[in-house]
Amino acid sequence: MNAPAYNFAYLDEQTKRMIRRAILKAIAIPGYQVPFASREMPMPYGWGTGGVQVTAAILGPQDVLKVIDQGSDDTTNAISIRKFFAKTAGVATTTATDEATVIQTRHRIPETALNENQVLVYQVPIPEPLRFLEPRETETRRMHALAEYGLMHVKLYEDIARFGHIATAYAYPVKVNARYVMDPSPTPKFDNPKMDNSPALQLFGAGREKRIYAIPPYTQVVSLDFEDHPFEPYRFNAPCALCGAENSYLDEIVTDDKGGRMFVCSDTDYCEGRQAAGHHGSLSAAPYKDKAQEAANG
Amino acid sequence: MTTIAELPPGFADKVLSAQSTFRSVMDAMARPGSVQRIVPMAGAPGPMMRGTAAIALTLFDHDTPLWLDARMAESSDVTKWLKFHTGAPVVQDSSIASFALISDGGALPALERFAFGTSEYPDRSTTVVIQVDSLAAGRSFELRGPGIDGVATLQASIKPFDLFERLHINEALFPRGIDVVLVADDAVVAIPRTTRVVSKGS
Repeated sequence: MNAPAYNFAYLDEQTKRMIRRAILKAIAIPGYQVPFASREMPMPYGWGTGGVQVTAAILGPQDVLKVIDQGSDDTTNAISIRKFFAKTAGVATTTATDEATVIQTRHRIPETALNENQVLVYQVPIPEPLRFLEPRETETRRMHALAEYGLMHVKLYEDIARFGHIATAYAYPVKVNARYVMDPSPTPKFDNPKMDNSPALQLFGAGREKRIYAIPPYTQVVSLDFEDHPFEPYRFNAPCALCGAENSYLDEIVTDDKGGRMFVCSDTDYCEGRQAAGHHGSLSAAPYKDKAQEAANG
Repeated sequence: MTTIAELPPGFADKVLSAQSTFRSVMDAMARPGSVQRIVPMAGAPGPMMRGTAAIALTLFDHDTPLWLDARMAESSDVTKWLKFHTGAPVVQDSSIASFALISDGGALPALERFAFGTSEYPDRSTTVVIQVDSLAAGRSFELRGPGIDGVATLQASIKPFDLFERLHINEALFPRGIDVVLVADDAVVAIPRTTRVVSKGS
């Protein structure tokens, strides 16, 4: 009994056909959320069931898969999804952004620029950007049909009235191809500019909410803003403590109970790549340790 | 009278052939005007090209009503092959079709007869697969729109000659509209509803 228990990449062929048709429509109508018959997956909602279904529908034996969770290749979610596809599809996996052909992501876009041969698959919890403003699906659907997005600008304006600036820091709404307002999934708004005119195809899957949407390559993606309050990407004003990067998105790590903290790149592959290339930050210990070792040996 | 045993075969490897074909079609749709190759081959019945047959096996099933043009519908090989391999229902009313297969582009019906989708559900539209003479030689067309870095050039020999003029309706209809997939043997080019095409003459 060596027969495989599952189809290639887990999903059955009828499901893949249904998802593939939805992906083609999603690409043809950039930013529009295509309903699809989301399946139950062997992981709970919130763990990327939408992204997993999209990845399963596009993945082939030649692909090299990378999975990140908040920029990291090493968290439970990323590792379990990577192992899931290594097991069910037998695909090669990697943590290096430039080696991957399919990158599934939860809430980050890699710092390394993507290329034309890559597909970025986002895991999306709430695909409808208007949902918290208007709970009825019938109404949000009509608002999209009429391109009636005034409510979203009111929300951003209320931020300014209350805080003096647009305080939305993640899931920052964008307008795709000058038509649909889209939720970029809860990526930090730091990543929004990377979506614009990207050479890579971007696919979004929301499993619980049963929606697939897409941004084709080289498509205009504009973050909503006001003339007097232009969109500004946000990052902590510090270099990475490990690799010294001045332009990457940073995680804040609390190191003690006396206010100590360090800032490190959220993209682990980018940070490790820079360290391997000889870049150091204020708290990187490795090279000094090596030198001490060499001195002791020498 | 063709029996099932005499029908041209489907994919040798259903799973991986469908995956490979889909990636070609997905890349075509994501990069309008680029010519993608469909590698895995199945038997192609009657007037159906190899590429069209592979697309049918990859995307059609009982959930996708099909509309066939006269030349396709007249071929019992085509209808039997589609029924046996995909199970997709063939409908007479083109306005409810998920896909339309056109082998004789000269007789392409008015695009208004296909489904454009609704403003609320623009995805409920007909994808029109048109078999053409060549996607390598012929008149030049300039394409712009999402998926294209600046301008893409397509050289193709296409019937109907005024296809891209007819597709101008996509501009006014958007987000409703018609997505077109052009097939010439194993080559495929997609023209989604967002693509704007200008003919450059021959």
